[in-house]
Amino acid sequence: MQTQTPAIPDTEIQAVIDKDLHLEAPLLPILHGLQATFGHIPDNAIPLVGAALNITKAEVHGVMSFYHDFRKVPAGRHVLRICRAEACQSMGGKALADETLKLLGLDWHGTTANGAVTIEPVYCLGLCACAPAAMVDDKVIGRLDKSRMDKILQEAGA
Amino acid sequence: MKIYVPLDSAAKALGADEVAEAIKVEADKRGLDITLIRNGTHGMVWLEPLVEIDNGAGRQAFGPVSVEDVPALLDGKMAGLGKVADIPFFARQTRLTFARCGIIDPLDLADYEAHGGLAGLRSALAMSGPEIIKEVTDSGLRGRGGAGFPTGIKWNTVMEAEADQKYIVCNADEGDSGTFADRMIMEGDPFTLIEGMAIAGIGVGATKGYVYLRSEYPDAIRVMRSAVKVAQQKGLLGADVLGSGKAFDMEIRVGAGAYVCGEETSLLNSMEGKRGEVRFKPPLPALEGFMGRPTVVNNVISLATVPVIFEKGAAHYADFGLGRSRGTMPIQIAGNVKHGGLFETAFGMPLGELVNDVAGGTASGNPVRAVQVGGPLGAYMPVSKFDTPFAYEEFDGQGGLIGHAGIVVFDDSVDMLQMARFAMEFCSVESCGKCTPCRIGSVRGVETIDRIARGDAAAIPLLTDLCDTMTDGSLCALGGLTPYPVMSALTHFPEDFATAKEAAE
Ligand SMILES: Cc1cc2nc3c(=O)[nH]c(=O)nc-3n(C[C@H](O)[C@H](O)[C@H](O)COP(=O)(O)O)c2cc1C
Ligand code: SF4
Ligand code: FES
Repeated sequence: MQTQTPAIPDTEIQAVIDKDLHLEAPLLPILHGLQATFGHIPDNAIPLVGAALNITKAEVHGVMSFYHDFRKVPAGRHVLRICRAEACQSMGGKALADETLKLLGLDWHGTTANGAVTIEPVYCLGLCACAPAAMVDDKVIGRLDKSRMDKILQEAGA
Repeated sequence: MKIYVPLDSAAKALGADEVAEAIKVEADKRGLDITLIRNGTHGMVWLEPLVEIDNGAGRQAFGPVSVEDVPALLDGKMAGLGKVADIPFFARQTRLTFARCGIIDPLDLADYEAHGGLAGLRSALAMSGPEIIKEVTDSGLRGRGGAGFPTGIKWNTVMEAEADQKYIVCNADEGDSGTFADRMIMEGDPFTLIEGMAIAGIGVGATKGYVYLRSEYPDAIRVMRSAVKVAQQKGLLGADVLGSGKAFDMEIRVGAGAYVCGEETSLLNSMEGKRGEVRFKPPLPALEGFMGRPTVVNNVISLATVPVIFEKGAAHYADFGLGRSRGTMPIQIAGNVKHGGLFETAFGMPLGELVNDVAGGTASGNPVRAVQVGGPLGAYMPVSKFDTPFAYEEFDGQGGLIGHAGIVVFDDSVDMLQMARFAMEFCSVESCGKCTPCRIGSVRGVETIDRIARGDAAAIPLLTDLCDTMTDGSLCALGGLTPYPVMSALTHFPEDFATAKEAAE
């Protein structure tokens, strides 16, 4: 399902790394920078990051894999994060999430076959007083229901 | 005419951006000369988007305003709410930490100053380090991140530590379900946090600060980054803070989606570019924190409360509260609730009053069945405990905790076995992996609860044992307190754990 991504030239990766090298403890900012630029952390970035920070590839990989945010492969064109946490559950968030996954034939972290949308779980968006909540890319959505969800999925091209 | 439309994410999540856009278009059509201000939220989320219009005679509130309402709003045909300060939910509050939130333009430093901002920092700049620490200690301020540790004592440890570099780290990882106070103040009054961090830095002798802000809050990240830039340009941050000759500067760092990174030592590891594993204590972060240097780690609300303490005096702050819980707490009322939002009040209000009177009961109109207080590691409180005063020791005495002061309300449709299962599942997803009882125990916990759900009564004592093991064998509160929601659900709502066999009999 995941199409092969064209290799990203080392020079482009290096340019992103170099931007944050002046920071104190720059690894997380660098990983965020790579992901923001390329949509994921390309495989060939790992040795470059390691070399820039004088740490091993295994260490870079170990850090990357610890955090939910960093991806090894690109997500769909849009990422829909649905809140699974308690306040959203109290307003029917679980049923809505289950229904949405079923409708799309996906599990959490799955991407629709046309590559339009990846569904990620999230544990609280700080929108707990207007639950259930979700976020499409950087756009927050509160008081979600079936019809708003349908509209979101349609607009995202799912 | 001035028109205020909040930029807060909760307001945006309910359509504030679209309403702001419609206001511009409709005002243009009518040839109205308007100034559109994107303020923070006043915290009454059920009224968002809450728009205020000032025609010269004070701000009048309207809400919730939809795009369709905008023509009527501008034509003076929409029914209003009057002044925000007169809305009962707001009128009952004591706003100290959140005094400016919703009122000012979050990125306008002059507006901030006109509303009491920087007065605290100016008075702190005239004090010595020990005087600053004493003021914080005298205020009775305790950490608002969850543990309630006295802020003055922490600062004193860092002040007394000898080092060439010390740090102030603000914990803005706010991962608890039902909480949004950190987000709300960072989006609505970011200079308060910056001012509080500057006072902390000057007090303990730290010249550098960081805010570790969760990636799930893109709007707060944008506002905080802009606010830091403004503060640097205007000399609030930098080599010469407000012309005092003292240095303090700061940076925003973004988390990467791990709940456990809200734990202070995990947070420090994460900031250092490591896996967010929890560290053994000692050494205390106050002595060996970020990059091994003495570091104050404080929650956003702890730090954002510091300016008002210095503006109005420690005694003024300490005058509010109950027992050893001094001052006010921004309580976040969320979930299945009619009037959800942020309610800042002196410690001591009974839980039931908050849920039933202030928040008006459930959104669904069905009876309240359970209330989880203090996030995913907090206990589920049954209605029979509604007379518990909202304060640290008082909740502790009832087998609960107030944590970061989130209240999540559930109506009678809640299945408490499923909530207990979720607590275990959450722990297994978010465990840093260091302790077996947390990493493996939580997975066993899910399986055991599933056995109970299938009708295996023998699994109930196993669950209790497992919770004991997690409590005793966990390094941090993630594994150590997950038994709170699980055991409180089992203890107070045993009928939801009655086995299927029993139910059939
Ligand atoms: C699993 C876990 C998650 C935590 N999450 C947060 C958080 O998101 N924000 C926070 O301020 N404190 C959090 N804490 C508490 C911190 O470890 C620490 O006590 C706090 O940042 C100290 O600041 P304070 O004294 O101002 O509260 C968490 C603790 C644990 C065990
Ligand atoms: S209790 Fe869990 S999260 Fe905390 S240190 Fe142990 S394994 Fe890590
Ligand atoms: S619990 Fe879903 S937004 Fe907080």
